[in-house]
Amino acid sequence: MIVAIASGKGGTGKTLLTAALATAWPDPLAVADLDVEAPNLHLLLEPDIDTVNEARLEVPEADPERCDGCGKCADLCQFRAIAVFGTFPAVFPELCHGCGGCLMVCPTGALKPGFRMLGDVCQGHAGEIRFLMGRLRIGEAMSPPLIRNVQEQLLRIVTATGRDALIDSPPGASCPAVTAVGPADVVLLITEPTPFGLHDLKRARHAFADLGKPMAVVVNRAGIGDGRVRDYCRVTGLPVLGEIPFDPEIANAPAPVWALAARHGARIAAIVSGIADLFDESVAGKEAVHA
Amino acid sequence: MPEVLVISGKGGTGKTTATAAFAQLADGAVICDLDVDTPDLHLILAPEPRQSWDFRAGFRAEIDGDRCQGCGVCADVCRFGAVVAEEDRFRVDPLSCEGCKVCVTFCPADAIGFTQPKRGRRHVSETRFGPMVHAQLFPGEENSGLLVSLLRKEARDVAKRRGNGLILSDGAPGIGCPVIASLTGVDLAVVVCEPSPAGRHDLERIVDLADHFQVPVAVILNKADINARQRAEVLRFCESHRLPVIAEVPFDLAAVGAMVNGRTVIEQGAEALADPLRAAWSQISRMTATAHAA
Repeated sequence: MIVAIASGKGGTGKTLLTAALATAWPDPLAVADLDVEAPNLHLLLEPDIDTVNEARLEVPEADPERCDGCGKCADLCQFRAIAVFGTFPAVFPELCHGCGGCLMVCPTGALKPGFRMLGDVCQGHAGEIRFLMGRLRIGEAMSPPLIRNVQEQLLRIVTATGRDALIDSPPGASCPAVTAVGPADVVLLITEPTPFGLHDLKRARHAFADLGKPMAVVVNRAGIGDGRVRDYCRVTGLPVLGEIPFDPEIANAPAPVWALAARHGARIAAIVSGIADLFDESVAGKEAVHA
Repeated sequence: MPEVLVISGKGGTGKTTATAAFAQLADGAVICDLDVDTPDLHLILAPEPRQSWDFRAGFRAEIDGDRCQGCGVCADVCRFGAVVAEEDRFRVDPLSCEGCKVCVTFCPADAIGFTQPKRGRRHVSETRFGPMVHAQLFPGEENSGLLVSLLRKEARDVAKRRGNGLILSDGAPGIGCPVIASLTGVDLAVVVCEPSPAGRHDLERIVDLADHFQVPVAVILNKADINARQRAEVLRFCESHRLPVIAEVPFDLAAVGAMVNGRTVIEQGAEALADPLRAAWSQISRMTATAHAA
């Protein structure tokens, strides 16, 4: 089972919840921090890192000697990452999305695969938990290619070991978040009971709805705002697996995951079993459809 | 035209709450919400749209099921996992489609259409504090960088037409394309951070990014009193990197009260929050006046 912990709004407590769920998880687990722009899970789980590898995106590299100026590459490229001046192909690697199209249409072999640095991928372990993290290079605009790279590595581990996986997703409802939750079986949306929390929860729900994955909500900092988030969940049928009360002691604690587990352990356990129930129901539902 | 951008690295540090207060204090800036993915500033400023446009960018492939011969070349060439098999044919998953046109180009049956969908909606509006330029990307969409650039251009046009002296923008969290598109060429990046390990870690990354684009940074330490040790570490970091800390704002649930009431913290009368933000704003005004004169 792969669970993505997402949100619409940033700062609702995804990473802290992911760490708390990981430490309470009853089965062998892998966790992946896919919030590659601002990864923080390692600060809470404090993993031992075994490997750090560069992640690269294949982008074209030009060999002007072989260019005949046909311009097929520039005609195809939707991202203006390649332009042809006479018989000189000029590549703008920062704009390239790595689709490989220009390499495929070039008739003379004037383009060959080069790369752009996306960032790095760290692998390690926090106790028995396998840990992965992507970290975007400062100045790199696109996070989805790095996210997909880390996902491939996560899926290799999950397939090989049969472990469950938790994905700490980026905030938001646009392409980084949608890419991050792609492989998940269940999406857990962390929100806060405030107007910003509600507005962004709605956006996240709409963004992920088309993915057809079962979704549930955890309300963090319960008690600080009003009841509209709760109402929204009730009206839309989003199950609320738990509410973590607003607790300044957690921010003040030297070990926030410990503090959360110590002070709200029963709620965390309820969320873990709520996720399992949601997964079992959805599997049963799919089997019923296929039967 | 001076531009001030409020960013953070980490989400949830208080960018929008601060920007709303600054919009009130600026008294005549063009206000911009550049967090086009999950904009929230409108929940405080209640903009009334005067002009609205569809935002279209990039393309999307769509396979015509009647023409599809099921050869699977599209699935073979797609690098984004956007082509899925469906019975004996293939289908493009719109959420994954990158709009690269490779499948369209290589389909032997010419069965793939390529259209430019609506990705969002953008507006020029009026608020009680002045004009506002903002947008909403539809859920799941991309091309946020392009939309951000469009909004900034619109803001500059509005400022020129109406004689506003400043553009004040609420930015997105993170360091990716919407933030980069917001940051280039800005006169001052106001980084709102919080005293926590994550807050500090992401502060470093956003400061690195601002430095990469040669944008000067001023720091606001929000929720400053939630953890004394972390606060000290943030201040130490700022000192060693010569980053001016223009305000320390205490944690105060009055910020949520203001949000619920659709008010800025100043309108709410939350003086513990309003006072440091006023001090921050006078520093920001001074810094942008100097920067722009230079």
